[in-house]
Amino acid sequence: MILLKDFLEKIDGKVLTTEVDISQTEIKDGYVSDLLSDVMGNAEEGQVWITIMRHLNVVAVASLANLSAVVFAKSYQPEDAVIKKANQEGICLISTPLPTFQVAGILYEMLKK
Amino acid sequence: MPEYWYIKPGYEERTRKFLENKPQPEVSSDFEIKEHDFVNAGMASGEIKLSLKRLGVKSEILRRVAIAAYEAEINIAAHSKGGKITADIFPELIHIKLQDNGPGLEDIEQCMQPGFSTANELVREMGFGAGLGLPNIKKNTDVMHIESEYGKTTFLEIIIYFE
Repeated sequence: MILLKDFLEKIDGKVLTTEVDISQTEIKDGYVSDLLSDVMGNAEEGQVWITIMRHLNVVAVASLANLSAVVFAKSYQPEDAVIKKANQEGICLISTPLPTFQVAGILYEMLKK
Repeated sequence: MPEYWYIKPGYEERTRKFLENKPQPEVSSDFEIKEHDFVNAGMASGEIKLSLKRLGVKSEILRRVAIAAYEAEINIAAHSKGGKITADIFPELIHIKLQDNGPGLEDIEQCMQPGFSTANELVREMGFGAGLGLPNIKKNTDVMHIESEYGKTTFLEIIIYFE
């Protein structure tokens, strides 16, 4: 288990949802997918979800499946309406300049330690 | 009308009694779902999850209910001419019924196969249409029942027990 804020530092991640308190948020694992049903069927509670999808349904899925946070790779940025919704639902959205493969690799290394 | 039944082993007797007795729910809520409305799809599932959370239902069960309800809700938005969800909450279970306005399923068994999808481009752009909706519902429920015929409508009901 690692802290989300430590992971953010390593991936140069920017928190888009400024209203969500992540000081104590923990990550127990990660999941990489760009298909919503795949995430709903297989992602587990407490995982960070790394994706390049950025529409409103991403927030709904993350919230319903109790995921820790969503990381948008390659500097992908969702629209303001998506960020607003995530703030309301308490879902942390993060944007990183790194591609999915690297983000996942960094998380994997951190969790393995 | 052709139908499909799935009852998780061990839940047959309990489910048969429940469906025969038709008890009055403690709480019942209705939600409308419009065709291709991907903005509001998810609201019903969110409300249902919140109601159960307030009642103290444990987190793993909440997750299963939310995922099954959301997939079902998206199915109505993505594939039908709109429909209605009714969520009936009982002390020991939740019974969710979904009735759409057609056009119905051509082959229910085929729709239950992971990977089979009739989703159009719009639905795929929204991140859906992987053919995992109904299999995901089955995976997360204790009881799943579909009645559907092409040219008519689709009725889906699911039950999830809290214990």
